[in-house]
Amino acid sequence: MAEIVLEGITKRFPDGALAVRGVDLTVGDGEFVILVGPSGCGKSTTLNMIAGLEDITEGSLRIGGQVVNDKAPKDRDIAMVFQSYALYPHMSVRDNMGFALRLAKVDKATIRSKVEDAARILDLTEHLDRKPANLSGGQRQRVAMGRAIVRNPKAFLMDEPLSNLDAKLRVQMRTQISRLQHRLGTTTVYVTHDQTEAMTLGDRVVVMRGGVVQQVGTPQHLYDNPRNLFVAGFIGSPAMNFLHATVEENALRTMLGEIPLEAELRQTLERRDAPRELIVGLRPEYFEDASLVEPGRRGLTFTATVDVVESLGSDVYAYFREEGWQPAASSDLAELAELAADAGAQETSADQDQIVTRLSAATRIREGSRAEMWVDTAKIQVFDPHSGANLTHPENHRA
Amino acid sequence: MASAGAKHVTGWLTINIVVVAYALFPVWWIVALSFKDPSTLTDGNFYPTKWTWQNYRGIFDTSEFTRALINSIGIALIATAVAVVLGTMAAYAVARLRFPGKRLLIGMSLLIAMFPPISLVSPLFNIERFLGIFDTWPGLIIPYMTFSLPLAIYTLSAFFREIPWDLEKAAKVDGATPAQAFRLVIAPLAAPGVFTTAILVFIFCWNDFLFAISLTSTTRARTVPAAIAFFTGSSQFQQPTGSIAAAAVVITIPIIVFVLLFQRRIVAGLTSGAVKG
Repeated sequence: MAEIVLEGITKRFPDGALAVRGVDLTVGDGEFVILVGPSGCGKSTTLNMIAGLEDITEGSLRIGGQVVNDKAPKDRDIAMVFQSYALYPHMSVRDNMGFALRLAKVDKATIRSKVEDAARILDLTEHLDRKPANLSGGQRQRVAMGRAIVRNPKAFLMDEPLSNLDAKLRVQMRTQISRLQHRLGTTTVYVTHDQTEAMTLGDRVVVMRGGVVQQVGTPQHLYDNPRNLFVAGFIGSPAMNFLHATVEENALRTMLGEIPLEAELRQTLERRDAPRELIVGLRPEYFEDASLVEPGRRGLTFTATVDVVESLGSDVYAYFREEGWQPAASSDLAELAELAADAGAQETSADQDQIVTRLSAATRIREGSRAEMWVDTAKIQVFDPHSGANLTHPENHRA
Repeated sequence: MASAGAKHVTGWLTINIVVVAYALFPVWWIVALSFKDPSTLTDGNFYPTKWTWQNYRGIFDTSEFTRALINSIGIALIATAVAVVLGTMAAYAVARLRFPGKRLLIGMSLLIAMFPPISLVSPLFNIERFLGIFDTWPGLIIPYMTFSLPLAIYTLSAFFREIPWDLEKAAKVDGATPAQAFRLVIAPLAAPGVFTTAILVFIFCWNDFLFAISLTSTTRARTVPAAIAFFTGSSQFQQPTGSIAAAAVVITIPIIVFVLLFQRRIVAGLTSGAVKG
């Protein structure tokens, strides 16, 4: 158990590609930190550098107060769970889990008891003498976890450990990993590209893009106060809607209508010298069926044609797309383009040219009909279209 | 529809039978020949009319053939073992490491494999006489190794590339030194590749005639393919056809045994279960 400190960690590959740029991060003792970002954002490279599987080009890495930049993986006392599980196919589950102890020359009786303890925790006892090839995906995943916990290392490093499981199993394993981590209290760094995993698992989440840390914070903090367009679009499912907006006299004009400019927001925009053209971010749950909103509640009401309705029982997702509408064009900004590409890769519903709303289940909205919608304008986030910075973010103000 | 399908099947069956017959006919011919009595040797029958073991008894009568057999087995086994051990190490480096001159190394080994052996026989003959290894076991083992190493490196590096990188990383994180990772994780997984390579190299050494005939002069190191060429009939007017046929059958047997023995080890999918299936 130990603290992991990254100071200005940079990775430059021999071909000159800069994979990770100046990452500063302190993972507290016993903390569960998630590195999240689209593929190619440098999160796995960062993890491999902590493990010692990749050399660190610049910066210093300390595990438990000791600089380990030049130490081999075996001398760092860390355990890693791989996306592919990387189980040794020629060894039984027992030997797989005991391999590290065997290399450390622990006596046989101790190995046996430690492996059996771990197997009990992970519900693998009856599979101990089987080979990995004869196990199901979930069981293999648990063996990979078992191999890590048997050693009682300073830290766990997990590289997308759940991405090869089917959806249901993934949710189960997610809670199991969370429980296990709390029980063992081992410092954990967990890499994923799935923002749901990031939100549900971690004490803190690190959002990365292009090798640079975008924002670090608790899941709720990132959700409520994204620092820039990228974090705003990446965290949350369905993703935040982005609309073009023009600053008018007393309002922000968007394709949904005019959003009245509150005095506070107005001052903020002036103080930050905001451009006239802005991007407004609205989370799907800010929307509601206008007929369900108590009259007089402040907000913007607009009419649009419902494209698709997805009922989840507890909520209803309604998608809007209108002729002539142009929500923030994805080509405008590299960040949005990257988000769109990532969303496409993950096959999520986030589509850049439609508006996703999350309505209460009581709504009577029908597909293809015109519907009157209401949106809570008190919670809007306003972004600078050039820098992507969140102009409404409290920390950005001080900067 | 059904008749078209049946036609299809019949067509393939015919082709298969023709191909198999074409491949196996010479084998049958030599086997039949080896069992024929000298008097019926040239009768042109596909089937021996008078069965006899005399040809087999004949070749084992003198020490000439048995000595050659021992030479063949010894030389081929040693050359195979050395080539596989060296090839494994080289192939691992080729598959896994980035080092300067890697392309050159691969290019060179390919070059050696493509060199016509006949062009090297005369220089080798002189070199070996100079070094005093002419007509000795090492005199054959060394050229065999040289020519089979490229083959070994090529097949083995293909196998190493198939082994997931993650396994080695996992071993390193688990506390293994690079040598331990290789010995305990990578090598056992590469076993099917090693056996496949061993068979190929063994067959190459076993079948070679050119080096065997050029680099030996006595029965000290002469292998079977060369020894067969020195077979004589019982009188100078008699062709040793029966003995040659019998010897040819005998030297085929170790190859068959070798392949059958290791075939089981060449199980595809030994690595299944390592990573997500």
